[in-house]
Amino acid sequence: METLYLILIDPFVQMVDEPSFLVEVLIGGLTSGVMYSLVALGFVLIFKASGIFNFAQGIFVLFAALNFVGLMDLGVHPILAFVITIGIMTALAFAVDRLVLRPLVNQDPIILFMATIGIAFFLEGFGETLWGGDVRPVQVGIPDAALFWELGFGEILVQSADLFAGVIAAFLVTVLALFFHFTPVGRALRAVADDHQAALSVGIPLNNIWVIVWAVAGFVALAAGIMWGAKLGVQFALSTIALKALPVLILGGFTSIPGAIVGGLIVGAGEKLFENFWGVPLLGGATEDWFAYIVAMIFLFFRPQGLFGEKIIERV
Amino acid sequence: MLYREAGQFKTSYSADQAMLTIPLDRWFVFALTAFAVIGVPLLASEYLMVSILVPVLILSIAALGLNILTGYCGQLSLGTGAFMAAGAYLAYKIATNITWLPIWVVIPLAGLCAAAIGIAFGLPSLRIKGFYLAVATLAAQFFLLWLFVKVPWFVNDSISGVPPAPPRSVFGFQVTGAAAGNEAKYLFVLAFVIALAWIARNLARSRIGRSWMAIRDMDIAAELVGIRPLPTKLSAFAISSFYCGVAGALWALCYINSVEPTAFDINRSFQVLFMVIVGGLGSVLGSFLGAAFIFLLPIFLNSAPGWIGYSVASDTITHIEFMLFGVLIIFFLIVEPHGLARLWQIAKEKLRLWPFPY
Repeated sequence: METLYLILIDPFVQMVDEPSFLVEVLIGGLTSGVMYSLVALGFVLIFKASGIFNFAQGIFVLFAALNFVGLMDLGVHPILAFVITIGIMTALAFAVDRLVLRPLVNQDPIILFMATIGIAFFLEGFGETLWGGDVRPVQVGIPDAALFWELGFGEILVQSADLFAGVIAAFLVTVLALFFHFTPVGRALRAVADDHQAALSVGIPLNNIWVIVWAVAGFVALAAGIMWGAKLGVQFALSTIALKALPVLILGGFTSIPGAIVGGLIVGAGEKLFENFWGVPLLGGATEDWFAYIVAMIFLFFRPQGLFGEKIIERV
Repeated sequence: MLYREAGQFKTSYSADQAMLTIPLDRWFVFALTAFAVIGVPLLASEYLMVSILVPVLILSIAALGLNILTGYCGQLSLGTGAFMAAGAYLAYKIATNITWLPIWVVIPLAGLCAAAIGIAFGLPSLRIKGFYLAVATLAAQFFLLWLFVKVPWFVNDSISGVPPAPPRSVFGFQVTGAAAGNEAKYLFVLAFVIALAWIARNLARSRIGRSWMAIRDMDIAAELVGIRPLPTKLSAFAISSFYCGVAGALWALCYINSVEPTAFDINRSFQVLFMVIVGGLGSVLGSFLGAAFIFLLPIFLNSAPGWIGYSVASDTITHIEFMLFGVLIIFFLIVEPHGLARLWQIAKEKLRLWPFPY
């Protein structure tokens, strides 16, 4: 009875008792969720267009941020560094398409997945060789101050950088949505996502589309990398954090952009709430490591297509 | 010239169904085994035996395990490290609590426990496949390691959380722990390797192995010809986890001499996956070749610059190692998806026709 009370009732009593703590935890969770969302967004873009599950997306984030920071440390103006990094990510997309994807065309998805693990390892080593393995702070003028907000039940602490990240993410998603709906390239991308053969038959060049979609994913990775870097510094631990985008995808659905966003927010908020109200008092903490994966696994049992996934996963 | 298939007539079914039908192959395997058992302990240096052969052999067992799951049954797993950890922690727990149990029983028992855990995490594979399953195995990786670190029961409430391996003996020779003799350790590990490799090879060509391969190649067709996916997949998970558990137990007790979580983190899972890809998906020989290759490559990279008179910073070596692993993976997937084992086979086929190819 005692244990049941501790698990089922007590955390909620605490939440009601200290609403400002609850709100702070929630905001902290949502902001880290934004980061997961941005990584997951890159996954979804590539998965939709080419059916490839790009394990290297997390490394893309890191690699883009490393290049950006490295260039800035060399004295390049941030905007110029941003443009150059986009160029690098496009070149990378091109190289991946020519050197990895094209020779492996028509292989099992699982083979392609393992190939992207190879890409991930290569880029990790390459990035470190180029720019070194130190933690680098990003200074792009993102305001970083602690704000105190007065709410009805008390005062809460908010980092302005977190708010900024949220705004950028919302902006990015809007831009991408507009891009997908109103530009010829965006329409072509959606057509390819729906049906490769039909897209080919109306004259959409599949090869170029793949390069474009990988480049767009690279751009999203850069945005995610800069924000993540501004928060934590650009460091190689980012790649493990980025692995969490995988459960986010399962939650949100592999083919849905809104799913990636909502999934990221749910995972971010959920793991922080679980850690603070159940993990630390009952389980000894550090539950953030696995919470997202276990939730994803439970989801796989009951709703394998995720919250927003359109297509039912092939059952076995 | 010596290696000929032609003229090798069989007069009985059992000869026809033998594991190695060509006599030269058979003698080669027997000779290699005999050399490994007798020759190596007499000839090899201490460093070669303890620091290279023991870990390579243990990782071969893990690679065999993953190969059963990924190579034969087609279910991708990124949780190898966690199943190895399960074997290691439970072997420690069993060995320290049931002290009268001989160590050669403890390790397979720990493997069985790992198999049970493997079945639990393999359950989602009944509904999903491909990379969805990879995420489920990642759950095993992170959750199990967390569990072993956070629950002191597994390490008998050891204060440091990293208890030393309990010293245990077989036939009066100590085989586990830091004080064990090199030869004893090596032979103990080798015994497991020989037994498990033999079992794996026979499993792969028996009914169960064939049903794994059928599920891998096309699950719907396999179901149509009467293979039940549920027992087939779960048996692959169970046997694979058993192998990984045994490998983890040996790794902790015979190689690093302590039970520590960092030895079984996600990098270990990737390392074993690379062994399987480079060695050859769906090949017993490939598991050994891959394990040796992936384990020795960093050692080679570290010492190679010294041989030609260069000195390179060790972190540069690590970066190059990462890049090389990535390139190798992609290279093998593109050029030779069946890995080193397939190259070996091609060499044998060439040799068969030598010196008069068509």
